[in-house]
Amino acid sequence: MGLKHVITPFSAWVRAFTKPYTVPEAKTMRPGAPRYRGWHINDTDRCVGCGTCADICQNEAIDMVEVDEPVKGDAGLRPRVDYGRCCWCALCVDVCPSGSLGMSNEYVWVDGDADVFRYTPGVDRKAWDESEDGWRKEDGFHLFDPERVPMPHLDPVERVKTWAEVVIGYAEDEARREASRCVQCGLCIAACPARMHIPDYIAAIRDGDDAEAVRIIYDNNPMPEMCGKVCTRNCEKVCSIGVKGEPIAIRWLKRYATERFDDLKTVVDVGRTDEGKGHSVAIVGGGPSGFTAAYYLALRGFAVTIYDELPKLGGATYFGIPKYRFPVPSLDKQIQLLEEAGVRIITDHRVEADEFARLRSECLAVFVGTGLMKPYRLGAEGEDLAGVIFALEFLRDYHVDRPVEIGEKVVVVGGGNVAIDAARLARRLGADVTISYRRREIDMPADEEEIEDARAEAVEVITQSIPLRVERREGGGLTYVWGPAEMLPAEGPGKRPRPQLIEGVEHRLDVDRVIVAIGQGPDLGWMGDETAHGVGDKRGWISTNEFGETAVDGIFAGGDLVNPVADAISAIADGLRAVDGIVRRAEGK
Amino acid sequence: MSSERDVRKETRLWFGPQHPGVTGNMSVELWLQGDTIQRGITHVGYLHRGFEKLMERRTFIQSFPIVCRICVPEPDTNEYLLAKGLERIAGIEDDVPERARWIRTLTLEMARLAATLMVLGGHVGSMGLGPVPQWMMTLRDYVLDSFEELSGHRIYHMYIVYGGVRRDLPDGFAGRLEKALAAIEERLPWIDRLMFENAVFRKRAIGVGYVPPEWVDEMALSGPIVRAMGIARDIRKDYPYEVYPELDFDVITEEGSDIFARARVRRREIEQSISLIRQMLERMPKDGPFCLTMPSLMHWRIEKGQTYVRAEASRGEMGYFVVTDGSDKVRRVNVRGPSYVHGVSLLERMLPGTNISDLSTTMVSLQTCPPEIER
Repeated sequence: MGLKHVITPFSAWVRAFTKPYTVPEAKTMRPGAPRYRGWHINDTDRCVGCGTCADICQNEAIDMVEVDEPVKGDAGLRPRVDYGRCCWCALCVDVCPSGSLGMSNEYVWVDGDADVFRYTPGVDRKAWDESEDGWRKEDGFHLFDPERVPMPHLDPVERVKTWAEVVIGYAEDEARREASRCVQCGLCIAACPARMHIPDYIAAIRDGDDAEAVRIIYDNNPMPEMCGKVCTRNCEKVCSIGVKGEPIAIRWLKRYATERFDDLKTVVDVGRTDEGKGHSVAIVGGGPSGFTAAYYLALRGFAVTIYDELPKLGGATYFGIPKYRFPVPSLDKQIQLLEEAGVRIITDHRVEADEFARLRSECLAVFVGTGLMKPYRLGAEGEDLAGVIFALEFLRDYHVDRPVEIGEKVVVVGGGNVAIDAARLARRLGADVTISYRRREIDMPADEEEIEDARAEAVEVITQSIPLRVERREGGGLTYVWGPAEMLPAEGPGKRPRPQLIEGVEHRLDVDRVIVAIGQGPDLGWMGDETAHGVGDKRGWISTNEFGETAVDGIFAGGDLVNPVADAISAIADGLRAVDGIVRRAEGK
Repeated sequence: MSSERDVRKETRLWFGPQHPGVTGNMSVELWLQGDTIQRGITHVGYLHRGFEKLMERRTFIQSFPIVCRICVPEPDTNEYLLAKGLERIAGIEDDVPERARWIRTLTLEMARLAATLMVLGGHVGSMGLGPVPQWMMTLRDYVLDSFEELSGHRIYHMYIVYGGVRRDLPDGFAGRLEKALAAIEERLPWIDRLMFENAVFRKRAIGVGYVPPEWVDEMALSGPIVRAMGIARDIRKDYPYEVYPELDFDVITEEGSDIFARARVRRREIEQSISLIRQMLERMPKDGPFCLTMPSLMHWRIEKGQTYVRAEASRGEMGYFVVTDGSDKVRRVNVRGPSYVHGVSLLERMLPGTNISDLSTTMVSLQTCPPEIER
């Protein structure tokens, strides 16, 4: 150590004249970095109020507050952030399924009132609401997998040769993986007509308790294996994860849980209560609505008899849904549990006016769920020719083992699920199949997935084609004549664009069968005209109150007769409503 | 008679917990004779927030924002170790994408750089030489600015997460980080002039705060304290992790085992960190995933298991003993922070015979981080 060590340090004075790197005042001189985690912002239009941000916040800094009426797919809640608790970890942003929540790069906010530091981003306007910078949800880091576990399908070339189920179903690890993607927000419950406890049974599957999942499912759905395979799944349409990614495969998870058990009574408790006091209830029609009413009424102590004209219960899910989607053993399992619950089942028996009158007098209530059995007519020339058949009858005849003859080439007219089912069934019977539909493909009421599956099975789809007439061909067979259509804009809100025939152009298609699948309507003739007029309107449609009761005392109704949605799950919901109504009736309310 | 009484007179003095000469919030209770410390007892707990216990009540993903608080100047090692431990038990350690491993190591080295810059200034700051710590805080700010750009925050980065890192490097990040490194490098000779060539620092640091090499194994000492004894011990070399085996560097050692030697080790490790960061920026894969996509981090459950993971923090061996029980929360996390050994056991052992005016500098040179003692 020498003089050098005494003098050298003084050279540092030179630095006194350089410009400092640090800034004296952050607010004006230094904006936060582009990915700064500053005050929250929320795109309230995109936010669905799922509350996942509040769930993940370990500091409980986020409360969900009501800002709007809840609607389907939006809880009407928005997150309110308390900055006395927030630690700016931004997990709320990274987890946000809709991607609406973000953070601005603003970080300075001075106020004397501590209460202002708790606000609802996007609702309480702030200066940084429009901030382009700040922390946002980004691809590459996910708190849940935005992509669903793919469902294995049979190969299209192979599957048209067999009746095996097209959808193979999740294996155990696939189901657990898919279930763990769920953020448990519960938006799906409000969208499900039957209000199934979806997040609860998904959590049970996730946690490896499949039996518990089935019990939860059976709380309000006695045909879960059917729903697990063919449900129209309103739940998945509002799934919060579906806003940005792929919705949870709720339907497949329900299918997985119910398929785990061959004998459901080992899992589900069918013990009866005595609320029904032994009153009798007759149920006409064994479809989903009647099935549901029968099951839950039996559990609540009613003496229930269910009648169906076909050899098996299930209604349209039995005769309408092709077996490669919903095989008979699956249906049998559910019917078996219905029997275990103590329901008397009478099949191959058509209830007519006299018997109906007797049932009405003997029973506390009768429930009508006979569905839509009268197919709409094409309204085109030649529709009465032999070889023009209705899809509904075609499907029914096939499934109750009556002989069906369809030839080598078939055209299916229509674009709903029945049309697709008929087309795919015909394909499996060895025919070349074409679907002819009036509107565009996006207008088809059939499930998108089904249309895709049909295509994969080499079903041809001609859209914007209007049937003109059917002609008899020389030497056997038919010719389906159609004209192209152009789409006119919809005539008002809620209406679909209308097809308009382009005059003068005709296309001809030589076929062996024309299968008509343009819808079906109610037919209440069987209950006798007088009763029918009391219960339904002049076309046969029935209106009920909130408890499923019709205008005629003691007659309850549900399913497609009542419900324009015409899917199985809303029929099940009708059944549940009628159960409430009939229990009230037993209580004398 | 009076002189006899004076010799035996012992003053009891509380040093801290609020004291500019103390590293963080802890206190040392001293028994002095004149200005010589006879013995001392450390009192910690002022920063106890119960991190380890909190983690047992929170899901894995909710635990992730807590651990960075276990060491304020160097949070990333904690984030890394918790992630690594859980990944190992869950069996996904090898699934972490390559690019994530490089970015993690880059972050760890940036954190070491920031922490070392801050503590090096403290060596002379505690002696009353203000400019060096002020420059050092400025230089650290360059690194913090880079952290802000990378992770969204300056201090609590919450960046290394299970399966990788939370975000990719921003566009042009390498260039801006290089600028920051160049600015730091430019200033280092001035630090030498003002600090290492300063008669006052030399006189008060050389031969002061000696730690005998025998204590190393006896007390499980680690980090710059050990390297300042000429012992080449560095977890980055001894138990290589992430991409350190692929980087070119030597363990830095100095002789003397005093405050000066420890400062020299840290001074040279600043250059080492800069070199490592440059190597990584140049050699890391240019694209690819930066985080593993798991079905759900929200409901992540990890099978029963336990593991110990370690990393070289700027202060020495940082280790996490992690136990899981098959649920969605940890059963137990025990944080092995170097400060527990250095700041409590070692300090108490060093105190007898030390002059009270050297106490602050001695504590700085042990680089104690109290929240790590009292997790």
